[in-house]
Amino acid sequence: MAMSVSEIRKQFPILSRTVYGKPLVYLDNAATAQRPQAVADLWQKLSLEENANIHRAVHHLAAQATDAYEGARDAVKEFLNAASREEIVFTSGATAAINLVAFSFGEAFVHEGDEVIVSTAEHHSNIVPWQMLCQRKKAELKVLDIRENGVLAVEDLEKMISQRTKIVCISHISNVLGLVNPVREIVQKSHEFGVPVLIDGAQGIVHESVDVQALDCDFYAFSGHKLYAATGTGVLYGKKKWLDAMPPYMGGGEMIATVSFNGTTYAPLPEKFEAGTQHFNGAPTLVPAMELASAMRTDKAVQQEQEAIFEYVYTKLMDDDRIVLYGTEKSAKIPLFSFAVKGAHHEDLALILDKMGIALRSGQMCAEPLMDRLGVTGLLRASFAPYNTLQEAEYFIQCLDKAINMLV
Amino acid sequence: MSLEEKKQQIIDDFSLYEEWLDKYEYLIELGKALEPFPEEKKTEDRLIKGCQSRVWLDSEMQDGKIFFTADSDAIITKGIISLLISVYSGRTPEEIAADDFGFVAEIGLKENLSPTRANGLVSMIETIKKTAENGR
Repeated sequence: MAMSVSEIRKQFPILSRTVYGKPLVYLDNAATAQRPQAVADLWQKLSLEENANIHRAVHHLAAQATDAYEGARDAVKEFLNAASREEIVFTSGATAAINLVAFSFGEAFVHEGDEVIVSTAEHHSNIVPWQMLCQRKKAELKVLDIRENGVLAVEDLEKMISQRTKIVCISHISNVLGLVNPVREIVQKSHEFGVPVLIDGAQGIVHESVDVQALDCDFYAFSGHKLYAATGTGVLYGKKKWLDAMPPYMGGGEMIATVSFNGTTYAPLPEKFEAGTQHFNGAPTLVPAMELASAMRTDKAVQQEQEAIFEYVYTKLMDDDRIVLYGTEKSAKIPLFSFAVKGAHHEDLALILDKMGIALRSGQMCAEPLMDRLGVTGLLRASFAPYNTLQEAEYFIQCLDKAINMLV
Repeated sequence: MSLEEKKQQIIDDFSLYEEWLDKYEYLIELGKALEPFPEEKKTEDRLIKGCQSRVWLDSEMQDGKIFFTADSDAIITKGIISLLISVYSGRTPEEIAADDFGFVAEIGLKENLSPTRANGLVSMIETIKKTAENGR
């Protein structure tokens, strides 16, 4: 079904609001995407008409709620093309998913003297859990660097992997550089050495269609809220062989088979990793969210608008002597632009642009090691979604110019 | 100019501008006009905690009055600290300690800053107050 960007915008009520009397131009999509009406409607229906705890009770509502929740799992399995539904674990987001792996995989497979590899361009969520694991196990965290254009130095990976390397953890797309990493190549190289790979897909899932079997990654983590679903939803995909071999992360209800003081046996996958009451009103919102995400990604009108936005903003930022864009490799870049303005503080710019109705991010963007690597205290980031228009991009560039002139 | 007169002057200045963008212009001008702050004074102990951008505040006691100097790497923040020290610099510790800093609310500054910067503003006020308390 062909759509137009203006029709898509109508599905996101917030896009028609104003801030300070000016139309909202929302360019902070990498932090969180906006919710479509269908997600809000489903949330409301589940909360007000079909609310019941899942899996346990025999009554009608519980069965209905369980169907919605488990139906969402099937939909995620299809969306990622996972081999089985047992490989889909619901979490509260990408951070929780990565922490789950860092703990449970770490308990089973990482020991003193072992190594974990991350990249310098990771979000804190894909650094700190591994740092904590390494501290706990007296293991070493090794860091894959980037090249000048922001591209990962994948050629160094082979040299870095050793007999002690237990896992490689890389983002699909950096939340600062906006570059798609060669994850297939990274998985292949790592697998040559028998090392599994976790992909932080928080940004990747929004922009790329992901086939975990084709990618052959061992883990893939993402958050629902960046993909238009309810906040507090998230997914960990893990290959069954790993999930089976990993101990549970949290103990509690749902994750057990039998409990006694002589010992407890755990539930089969995926419940083994879903302790406690789950986000059963939220997880089903992934279904309309993923449907819309797929439809927008493959829509001709959206693709054209996205390409026009990308070309326009990329060229404007690259050609402006006052501006330094980070993550410049065009062939790998998505419409996510982090940049510095010479002589102007990112926070000042964000504050002025805010008063012009433009929402964007300033600061370290949860990637302090990358900021240090780039030699900046922070950056300004404009991240576009399929519901953004070229007109908004033009307004953003105009306002940016005005803001720079006020400051410099 | 007395403390009360100075505060009223700032309230009047701010009321000239209807748009917040114009108020920012005013703060930017204040920031740019602030006296240079020596690099060697940009030390950890002069850094105000709780600001996203870096703000340094220094104070000196002369004839029973506190004189403040300050700097920031962000110009609007620099304008804000400039505004504060233009009101409170050259006052006695007693005067500052007795003040309620209500004029900041009156010009709507705090409400119009991002939460992180609003926290920064609170930290700046707290530091000025504490300096006055220590000077009594």
